[in-house]
Amino acid sequence: MTDPRPFQPRSFRAWPARPHRAALLLAAALCALSGCHKNAATGTNPNSLAPTPAPLPPVPTASLTADPLAIDLGQSVVLNWRTTDANNVTIDGIGPVNPNGTQTVAPSTSTNFHIVAKGDGGTTEASVRVTVRVPVAPTAPADTGAADMGSEAAFHDNVPDIFFDYDSYDLRPDAQAATVKASSYLVAHPDIRIVIGGYCDDRGSAEYNLALGENRANAAKTALVNAGVAPARIRVVSYGKEKQFCTDETEACWQQNRRAQFSLDR
Amino acid sequence: MDSKTHIRRVRSIPFHSILALLVSAFILAVHCTPSARAQDNILTGTSSGATSIRLAVADFKPLAADPQTATCKQTFDATLYADLASAGIFDIVSKSLLPAGTPGAPPEIVLQNYSNAPSSAAMVAFGSLGVAGGKLVVNGYLFDTKNLQYPQVIAKQYSVDPTEDAARQTAHRFADEIVYRLGGGVPGIAETKIYYVDRLSPGIKEIWAMDYDGANQHAITHLGTDSISPRISPDNSRLAFASLGKYGFQLKMYSFLLDRYIDFPSGNGSAESPAWAPSGNELAYAAAPNGSFEIWIADSNGNLARRITSFRGGNVSPAYNPKTGAQIAFVSDRTGLPQLYIMNSDGSSVQRLTDGGYASSPSWSPNGQYITFAWDRKYGPGAPGGQDIYVIQVAPNADGAHTILQLTHDGGRCDFPSWSPDGRHIAYANSADGRPEHMRIWSMLADGTQRRPLTGPGADMPNWSWK
Repeated sequence: MTDPRPFQPRSFRAWPARPHRAALLLAAALCALSGCHKNAATGTNPNSLAPTPAPLPPVPTASLTADPLAIDLGQSVVLNWRTTDANNVTIDGIGPVNPNGTQTVAPSTSTNFHIVAKGDGGTTEASVRVTVRVPVAPTAPADTGAADMGSEAAFHDNVPDIFFDYDSYDLRPDAQAATVKASSYLVAHPDIRIVIGGYCDDRGSAEYNLALGENRANAAKTALVNAGVAPARIRVVSYGKEKQFCTDETEACWQQNRRAQFSLDR
Repeated sequence: MDSKTHIRRVRSIPFHSILALLVSAFILAVHCTPSARAQDNILTGTSSGATSIRLAVADFKPLAADPQTATCKQTFDATLYADLASAGIFDIVSKSLLPAGTPGAPPEIVLQNYSNAPSSAAMVAFGSLGVAGGKLVVNGYLFDTKNLQYPQVIAKQYSVDPTEDAARQTAHRFADEIVYRLGGGVPGIAETKIYYVDRLSPGIKEIWAMDYDGANQHAITHLGTDSISPRISPDNSRLAFASLGKYGFQLKMYSFLLDRYIDFPSGNGSAESPAWAPSGNELAYAAAPNGSFEIWIADSNGNLARRITSFRGGNVSPAYNPKTGAQIAFVSDRTGLPQLYIMNSDGSSVQRLTDGGYASSPSWSPNGQYITFAWDRKYGPGAPGGQDIYVIQVAPNADGAHTILQLTHDGGRCDFPSWSPDGRHIAYANSADGRPEHMRIWSMLADGTQRRPLTGPGADMPNWSWK
């Protein structure tokens, strides 16, 4: 019962961090606010008229926010953008827009809105992702249900199982990459419903491992939901150490058993 | 606590006093004798070795020559001898040292033959049995070999169906009479049951039951799925367990009175590791309706569920203090690897008992003073030892530390200790090579001695009935 790194302290963060996107967005928003303030000040500052050597043209700033960030299909979102020092502002899918403005949009699928602000000082970009929750289709007849779910092989190619460190349910970088891939496939195939099974290696307590498996499956679910997959499409089942993919007492085998497995929920 | 401290602490506790604590605390509670002298007396009467009551168990005399009587007698003799030998309070006279002859009734016994060397017995159990009138009639006696004038301690007559199983159950009843009389008024355990998980094949586990000595193994559930963590109700009427269905593990309840499954709604999401309150009116269990396992309590129909822990991660394996019902031991990973905790049954006064390693599967002693649990104490690469059975004293010592006793050593992976209702025994699961399919159920005295296997491989998670 040895493990190469069993003393690795478990993170006290009991829930996986949301993707960095949220943090970036916040930073961008703060930056934009301060930028506006500065712009207003310089507009009335007589010093700017003084015959000093012309400074380098300022780098444009741009911010783009959406409210709300997630909608149900058919609802609309208010986009709000602010730029400074830009003379050419475009938003992908909308086209040239005023330097500051708002617009109401109603995307039919989850969309990345992307703003490009070009000025004398350079080009700045910003983006915001609007998640569209597509309602789960009513239970389809069995003959068409299979078609809606797509093929088993395509599913497993695009939604790979993810693996965990010992006694941990934090998503490793490889697992985060896998859930990004999985979420884009699931967003593109809104009829797919999935089961996430949480599994543990066969060391330790059976009853405690059910909790660990639950946490692993939920960590994977949270990553998918944050990436825009509707929570109602995801079912979570913890198998603890009750189902083993591999029964050798080796680290390679234990690693196989510490996983969140994705299956079509037919 | 580093290993040096540990060794020093264990050495500083006289071994016999731990024995006394474990085996006789129950009896002390019954007697309510506060003086130290009384404790010494209890110690000499209950610990192993020459100071236990020396008991001779004679073969019973057949009263008929028919083959039915012979079969019943063989089963009865073997069962009675094994029950008394494993009771934990007797020094049993080896059968080879018994005097010749099989006395069947008081006039036929010569007590001096039993009290003299080499038997040197203080007590002798003997009697007769035979099939008459379609019934197996058993006459059982317990005599005090030193009291020649009034030697009779117990005289019992049983009349049961003439089957081997009835002969075995009758031997259990007579053994429990003897243990009750000589063991300080604590009811014996020979008529108790052990519920457990039988692994039929990978992915299929059913709940089984057996007598306390491993006989009479039979299936309770036939669900064809993965059923684990059986917990029998205090009145033996219902069995709670967790079973894998489409929505993960959920609690199920089987009624022995109705002979069918009864509803036990444990909410959406996973639920497992049920535990009965000693009143039988409530169950604690671990459930994850919101994605994280917490300890919940509901009434015995699954209603009025309320959450009593609040710490994201894993909180599992609750166990009520069977004496008071006011405390719950459980396992939580709130500080890293799973550790043993206790709290009041309303969720207050959470207290951590283990100082590291990987702890699981708590079970209280019937007097509520100790918790036995599985512990991989030196958890790490190349660390000595494995997962063993330990006992911890719930009340701290004067220095604030809890007395800890390791019961198993170097025997492979041990798990799921379950304390017997007499406080003298612990059933547990052990796999010598650590492989789950090699788990088998053992029982031992609560001081770690007299280990014996009860099942073959493929049995796990024993739960000893309350009576």
